[in-house]
Amino acid sequence: MSESISESKDEREILTSNRRKRLVRISEFSFQAYVLIAVCIGIMILTMLLVNVLVNGIGRVSPSLILNYPSSNVNEAGMRQAILGSLYTVGLAILIALPLGIATGLYLHEYGSNNIINRAIQNALINLAGVPSVIFGLVALSFLSYTLALGRSLIVGSIALAFLVLPLIVVATIEGARLVPTTHRLAAYSLGARKYQVVFKIVLPRIIPTALTSSILAVARAIGEAAPILIISGLIFIRRDPASILDEFTVMPLQIFNWVSRPQREFIELSAAGIIVLLAILFTLNITAIYLRNRLQKRFIE
Amino acid sequence: MKRRDRVDIEKRKKYQKPIYSYSSYINKGKFIDNIVRYALLGASVSTVIAIIVISYSLLSESMNFFTQVSPYEFFFGTKWAAFFDDKSFGILPLLAGTMLTTVIALAFAIPIGIGAAIFLSEYASPYIRKLVKPILEILAGIPTVVYGYFALYFITPNLQAFIPDLYTYNALAAGLAIGVMITPTIASLSEDAFYSVPQSIKAAGYALGARKSQVILGIVIPYTLSALSAVIILAMGRAIGETMIVTIAAGLRPSLTLNPFESVMTMTAAIAQAATGDSPRGTVEYTSLFAVGVYLFAVVAVLNMISGYLKKRWEIKYE
Repeated sequence: MSESISESKDEREILTSNRRKRLVRISEFSFQAYVLIAVCIGIMILTMLLVNVLVNGIGRVSPSLILNYPSSNVNEAGMRQAILGSLYTVGLAILIALPLGIATGLYLHEYGSNNIINRAIQNALINLAGVPSVIFGLVALSFLSYTLALGRSLIVGSIALAFLVLPLIVVATIEGARLVPTTHRLAAYSLGARKYQVVFKIVLPRIIPTALTSSILAVARAIGEAAPILIISGLIFIRRDPASILDEFTVMPLQIFNWVSRPQREFIELSAAGIIVLLAILFTLNITAIYLRNRLQKRFIE
Repeated sequence: MKRRDRVDIEKRKKYQKPIYSYSSYINKGKFIDNIVRYALLGASVSTVIAIIVISYSLLSESMNFFTQVSPYEFFFGTKWAAFFDDKSFGILPLLAGTMLTTVIALAFAIPIGIGAAIFLSEYASPYIRKLVKPILEILAGIPTVVYGYFALYFITPNLQAFIPDLYTYNALAAGLAIGVMITPTIASLSEDAFYSVPQSIKAAGYALGARKSQVILGIVIPYTLSALSAVIILAMGRAIGETMIVTIAAGLRPSLTLNPFESVMTMTAAIAQAATGDSPRGTVEYTSLFAVGVYLFAVVAVLNMISGYLKKRWEIKYE
């Protein structure tokens, strides 16, 4: 009697442990499935996005898209002034942001101690990185366009974009400076070098690859940015090239936005074509950045 | 004076010269050193100045706004109509719109982003990682206008096949597009966190007979919890600040609703709409933007502070 009870107890234990094993196996499998599905969804979305844009837009990609000014006649419409506007605005923005960003990064890494000024700078950078881009547009409009009377001009857009990408370049500079071995700095000091000589002759040359890559990535980021420029320049219709830094201007994403917000089929196709041009430029920039990073890193670090 | 002494003085004069010029060399070096230091400091201070300018312009313009509209109406008003004759400036509809799109975005991006991060850090072979990682990077680099186009002309029509009473401009599609936009951020930052989990802790889990999913759910995720929450809050800040997607796809109609199938207007979209419309400087419409801007800035700044605090705590633990 007592034997049979203990037997059934054993059986029950075996049964429950079997069930638990199966449960663990199922949960293991479903977890793997979940993780795999998550990645596949990411890849699928990118594919669908690219295919959708290509199918809709490829028919309208033509030289006239790049060479012509916008027009209500869809077959002749282009985005010449927007491409030039993007080029000038972003170029100027990098010219402002690169020296400022490298200087800030060098200061924070090489001269940084924990006093009030340095902490203020670090906090400012963190905040700057977190500010929504539309706020940059708002402030640039209020302060630069109206208070400093620069108007809703190209230079205002450049300054807004410059401060938008500044944290990116600073972070890259600090990362680059971190890669320079302390022994190299100490060796320079032991030869009698001054701090500025160490900074300019030991650290700065090694930052160049990261700074270059980060500035290309910053260009890519700035080219795609539409919100601040929308606030600064408004949705204006221009049919001429920007001639000076005080000219009114528009940029590629804004021209695309303009076309997207029109419901006619032709304009949807046109916006898709504009997106193809924009994405082509961005991919070229990104590939250049990756190529440069690999190549320059080999040359400078090894 | 003795002859010997005079020779001494002459000798000293002879030697003094190089010594003197050497000290001037030191002074010159010190001078340049200081110039460089202060020049670099000056450049860095530009970031502080930028933050001061941002706070000053936002605050001063919104002060103008609050002389015309009472703060009570702004914070608790249920109607936003900046461009009608009968103006009203209640931020609650905009807040509801922002919350709606942000929640949808996070509901999409957190499971997908963290799932992808787990796949990349724990399951994928180096070869597959090399293949998948750039795809996420490409997704991260796509301009927001493109996501807006995608939401309006791809996500919405496809959703309408399942949900017939979906508006052409709706919060759901915009929120999903924002979710796609922030997924790569969540994925790559949480992947970094997963990599920092010490191998020994994971090995201890395996030694106790745990399976991979148990190690991940029971060890890796609890260990990285503060880093993961920092990442998610950061992503939330980006979702709240996103402008173009909601301007294009969410409908620009301020309505106090939590129904994701309807058109909504977010805070950022209200700012963008005013820019596309006509709002001359000094009018209430113009200053109202800055009041919304301050609100947005404050919300995002608080989120960033929480995220920074969590990240710092995580870093202390990690070190």
